[in-house]
Amino acid sequence: MAAATIYLDYNATTPVRPVAADAVARALCLVGNPSSVHGFGRQARRRIEDAREAVADWLGAPAAGVIFTSGGTEANALALAGCGRSRVLVSAIEHPSVLNAVLPGRRRELIPVDGDGVVDLSALEALLADSDEPALVALMLANNETGVVQPVAAAAAIAHAHGALLHCDAVQAAGKLAIDVAALGADSLSLSAHKLGGPQGVGVLVLADPDAPLEPLLGGGGQERRRRSGTENLPGIAGFAAALEAVRDEAPMAVRLRELRDRLEGAIKRVAPDVIVFGAQAPRLPNTSCLALPGMTAQTAVMALDLAGIAISAGSACSSGKVAPSHVLTAMGAGPLAASAIRVSLGWASVDADVERFVEAFGGLVRQRADPGVASAMTLAKGRR
Amino acid sequence: MSVGENGKGGGLRRPVYLDNQATTPADPRVVDAMLPYFTEHFGNPHSRSHAYGWQAEEAVELAREQVAAAIGGDPKGVVFTSGATESNNLAIKGVAQFHGARKNHIVTVVTEHKCVLESCRYLERQGFSVTYLPVRPSGLLNLAELEAALTERTVLVSVMAANNEIGVLQPIAEIGALCRSRGIFFHTDAAQAVGKIPLDVNAMNIDLLSISGHKIYGPKGIGALYVRRRPRIRLQAQVSGGEQERGYRAGTVATPLCVGLGEACRIAALEMPAEASRLGRLRDRLLAGLQAGVPDLRVNGDLERRLPGNLNVSFGYVEGEGLIAGITEVAVSSGSACTSAQVEPSYVLRAIGLDAELAYASLRMGLGRFTTEDEIDLAVAHIVAVVRRLREESPLWQMYREGIDLKSSQWAEH
Repeated sequence: MAAATIYLDYNATTPVRPVAADAVARALCLVGNPSSVHGFGRQARRRIEDAREAVADWLGAPAAGVIFTSGGTEANALALAGCGRSRVLVSAIEHPSVLNAVLPGRRRELIPVDGDGVVDLSALEALLADSDEPALVALMLANNETGVVQPVAAAAAIAHAHGALLHCDAVQAAGKLAIDVAALGADSLSLSAHKLGGPQGVGVLVLADPDAPLEPLLGGGGQERRRRSGTENLPGIAGFAAALEAVRDEAPMAVRLRELRDRLEGAIKRVAPDVIVFGAQAPRLPNTSCLALPGMTAQTAVMALDLAGIAISAGSACSSGKVAPSHVLTAMGAGPLAASAIRVSLGWASVDADVERFVEAFGGLVRQRADPGVASAMTLAKGRR
Repeated sequence: MSVGENGKGGGLRRPVYLDNQATTPADPRVVDAMLPYFTEHFGNPHSRSHAYGWQAEEAVELAREQVAAAIGGDPKGVVFTSGATESNNLAIKGVAQFHGARKNHIVTVVTEHKCVLESCRYLERQGFSVTYLPVRPSGLLNLAELEAALTERTVLVSVMAANNEIGVLQPIAEIGALCRSRGIFFHTDAAQAVGKIPLDVNAMNIDLLSISGHKIYGPKGIGALYVRRRPRIRLQAQVSGGEQERGYRAGTVATPLCVGLGEACRIAALEMPAEASRLGRLRDRLLAGLQAGVPDLRVNGDLERRLPGNLNVSFGYVEGEGLIAGITEVAVSSGSACTSAQVEPSYVLRAIGLDAELAYASLRMGLGRFTTEDEIDLAVAHIVAVVRRLREESPLWQMYREGIDLKSSQWAEH
């Protein structure tokens, strides 16, 4: 069962940090709609505004620019649909919430990436130079599958030089990299709480300019300065702020995770020298490793690791319901190797022993690859689901 | 003052919370059900490669069944959203945008929640036409007027099950039958009604139904839209970009929130008969107490066809601002929570015929699962004392008492 299983799928979701869980539990026991004028309502409102300040402070953005949403997907959808630009340029490796957001009447074009999974800035420049149409550029800060960090500040400078706006999906980077909205030059940026040890069901869209025009996705009571209606998810927002504070307090965490991740990659390369680490030549998030063991499909690897008590992912959780090659690895030119890619992602509760267990189980995979009979026996044993 | 305790513990809490139409405290049983899904069973329900994900998915699917059971629906028709505002946006814009090329007319009612009206106004800007039906002084719509408003271009009728301010219950079953016979989709915003009055999407011919977590002792940040599957209703996603929730709503489904909503639905459905009669008795006690203490009190909205826990009254000869400022021992609302930060008279009260002055001098009282008889008695004593004091200070009240008819008085110019 899950309790005995080692969790190495932090890019899908994270266990809620104790301080955040505590903040959520306490806020769940509060009564009051933040829009009510009586004492209960005013107390709820104060909590939300405190959290807004905390998020703004953490991001180096004005508090009035912080819009609480139901998560990263809604934040991305709001940024893309609401920006009022008729042309939308998105990198080929964006999250599905950016890549597939329904944008009626808009023109969407893809910005290619190189073999390391880094966006091609000269291609962006050429696309923008191609037309005078008002554009929005969407570029993620770090990719959810490979962890490759994107040159957002440089892309923002190019975008602005051409009169375009830049939206940055920082969902996967938050909590692993320091983020400063002003330094990135992003006009808008999205975050999700559950990727950094906060609760599921809450995220933010941050506007660098709080007064920038934004057409709301959800109309109604006019909450969030008329940009996002609906009663605020107070417990979620309180948990988000608590998780961010924990992230701030543990700045050396990134160093520790990078050390663990590098040790993991070093060890598996010794066991299987032909293993491929995607994006290894590019700057990457400290916690993410996207690997392929040639000759073994991701499905087989994931199943075998699950039997060995290790939870990882064959791609991003959102698309893992379907057996389709990853659009990210395909855009990087990975070819048939993409079918072997697995994602290992560490997080705040990861310990040395988790890496040791993974390396040991990976050794089993390598032996299984050498003897296909073992593989089919294991597949048969896998009766569940 | 212990603002914030959620109904546990002894003694009389002050101020008394009588604003359960704005939001309800989470039931401790709901909180207990949710907590393990934050820390222990924390998986992403869309993770297909490990037990953490499967466990989360199982919890979400159980919650889906619990939500469906509360409205007599098929679990597969339940789409989880971030709340009733999103559900209403999705239902109205989603249906209109999907079918807009053929049918472009929507019928709704002037007393709907803001998010329904805003969704309709958005669609008007996109070229749709919308009929906003008036209501009678009781707050109920006229079915004949609704029928007369339907045309061959009508794609959707959206009428709330229970009003958030005056608690009146619209004739949902009759509207459902009418819409079905005319081949028009019927949406009902049931945020205030689910778990409080019997609802059955099949018996009532409801095609789309909006649910809120925090109005039924569940968590904030979660709701659902029921989308009928047979005959199938198709709609355009509003939060798009992923294939979660059958493509109607993208984004990671928040497992603990779904668990909370499911548990809230389960409890509400289970306890509804007993709780409805308990709340009805408390509401009658509240009204009788106020009527005994304050003459010339007006009840807003039909008293029979009404949520058991809702009361909305207006006090003539009292100034609205003084009323709200004076009532410190009871947390009540003078309008809906979403609009109460604005200093505008309630559009719902205006729609049932109140002038702005009287609308300002109104109180919405929402009784809930944790409201006790002692709290009702305290509320009565406090409100009566405040209204009496304000009237003592009011020259208009003195004149009325002396038999001067203000409406027919001729005032001299100074």
